[in-house]
Amino acid sequence: MAPPKSFLVSRLVFLTLLTGFVLLPVYVMISSSLKPLQDVSGKFQWIPSGLTVQPYFDIWKTVPLGDYFMNSLIVAGSATVLSVIIAIFAAYAVSRYSFRGKRVFTVTVLSTQMFPGILFLLPLFLIYVNIGNATGIALFGSRAGLILTYLTFSLPFSIWMLIGYFDSVPRDLDEAAKVDGCGPLGALFRVIVPAAIPGIVAVAVYAFMTAWGEVLFASVMTNDATRTLAVGLQGYSTQNDVYWNQVMAASLVVSLPVVGGFLLLQRYLVTGLTAGAVK
Amino acid sequence: MTTTAPPRTGKRTAGRNQPGAAPRTRRSGRLRRISLPYLLLLPALVLELLVHLIPMVIGIVVSFKELTQFYLRDWGSAPWSGLDNYSLTVDFDAPVGEALLSSFFTTCLFTFFSVGLCWLIGTAAAVFMQETFKGRGILRTIFLVPYALPVYAAVITWAFMFQRDNGLVNHVIHDQLGLTDSPPFWLIGDNAFVTLLVVSVWKGWPFAFLIMMAGLQNIPREIYEAAALDGAGVWQQIRRITLPSLRPVNQVLILVLFLWTFNDFNTPFVLFGKSAPASADLISIHIYQSSFQTWNFGTGSAMSVLLLLFLLVVTGIYLLLTSRGRSAGDA
Repeated sequence: MAPPKSFLVSRLVFLTLLTGFVLLPVYVMISSSLKPLQDVSGKFQWIPSGLTVQPYFDIWKTVPLGDYFMNSLIVAGSATVLSVIIAIFAAYAVSRYSFRGKRVFTVTVLSTQMFPGILFLLPLFLIYVNIGNATGIALFGSRAGLILTYLTFSLPFSIWMLIGYFDSVPRDLDEAAKVDGCGPLGALFRVIVPAAIPGIVAVAVYAFMTAWGEVLFASVMTNDATRTLAVGLQGYSTQNDVYWNQVMAASLVVSLPVVGGFLLLQRYLVTGLTAGAVK
Repeated sequence: MTTTAPPRTGKRTAGRNQPGAAPRTRRSGRLRRISLPYLLLLPALVLELLVHLIPMVIGIVVSFKELTQFYLRDWGSAPWSGLDNYSLTVDFDAPVGEALLSSFFTTCLFTFFSVGLCWLIGTAAAVFMQETFKGRGILRTIFLVPYALPVYAAVITWAFMFQRDNGLVNHVIHDQLGLTDSPPFWLIGDNAFVTLLVVSVWKGWPFAFLIMMAGLQNIPREIYEAAALDGAGVWQQIRRITLPSLRPVNQVLILVLFLWTFNDFNTPFVLFGKSAPASADLISIHIYQSSFQTWNFGTGSAMSVLLLLFLLVVTGIYLLLTSRGRSAGDA
């Protein structure tokens, strides 16, 4: 039975408006990144009068964008790898074993998700400064401090998602692996991890996005040498001028790794995200 | 097949249980089996403790101290101040308390509208896209773009669009449509609330959409077919089947959206910088400013603790209400 006209018209109108709303900033970002400075400083133009790719060359010179890029890549990459490995172990324990304190653990880990970041920004700042003073290990202002912080941000959600994924791998499979002589860790890495690859990919994408997009801790806990993209993009405004065309070009360039990765792995992320969320 | 399998496993277990060695391996094996889950959890546990739980305890301790920048190098030596930070924070007639209270109300209002709109748009989009139609896959990808873009890149673009002199928004409403006498300011003054709301909804609704799409997949097709046989139209099916079936998903979704929106720091921070205009002064920015701009960490911590208590109470009440609603619905 075909849907009635009222439904089709409502759907068309709603989805058209929504698409416009979603794509408007994307259009502004792309079109403005191709305009000369006098054009982005004057009245907005829907259709650029002159096109130039110069901003894409200038962004690397106005601020050390390459360094920021490297910092973000190292920080987000390390946080992702560590977070995924730690989450795999934790989720395996929760999914396959019953032990005292299991419920306390899951509830505690999950509830840290509800705390506002601002709540532990200040104490963490104090801890890092004091560890630095006491031991000489520079956590404050270093990439290591940021990695340590970020990897815990995605951890609760990653563990939660992976528990759901591991639960869906039949127990018979790892029992069979154990009968064939695998230890518990052998069963985890030979059987469960390969079977849960889509979930692990989803978790990795989520962890990377979280770290790549974080602003608060990046702005307090970095210095000139360790600045990430989140803070670095503010460098395009000077006392007199904001180089909006360069801001837009840089925004586009820093978005490419995550948006590209996200769209490529979208299928995994969406199923992974929702498998955890709906349960 | 079935006749060869049992002897094989039998031989293997017999080979492993050699006399003499058996009791020892069995005991250490059992010990290992009991401690293994804890070992696996250890890294996650240590990190959560170090980065979340210990800082929270320190935050609570600091909220009872007079911690200014002079004591930063050794915060333990900062003098105790008892409940001073708290009494300063909740004295709503004095400037500090008054500003906190107004920031709190702003955040509540903002959260209400943002969560409401995100939920509404996300649900509508998911319901409209439940059936396949041409272009559905592309549209779904487009709708995920706000979710995938890094916050600072997306929000900085919005900040550009809301510029008074060279932004798209004023170009449209002032130059093209002539709706205003002079181009309004969007990033300062009362309009900043609307600006923040627009950006927050743009960024937030795709998450609601994703979760709702997943919720819709769990509704069995047969229910719709049965309803169609009974003569129910599309709109009736949406009202009678789709929306009620989404209720359990809604309960989780709204809680998560509430917590994220209430605690959001990134959006106002990138949009307005370190000090937001009064109309859009969200609580997380307010606490950040109270701590890091005035270097008064004791007061900032007291505010954080109060915020946490508020969130715990709200979440508790919400969970209680929704679980009661659910059990009443089941009965």
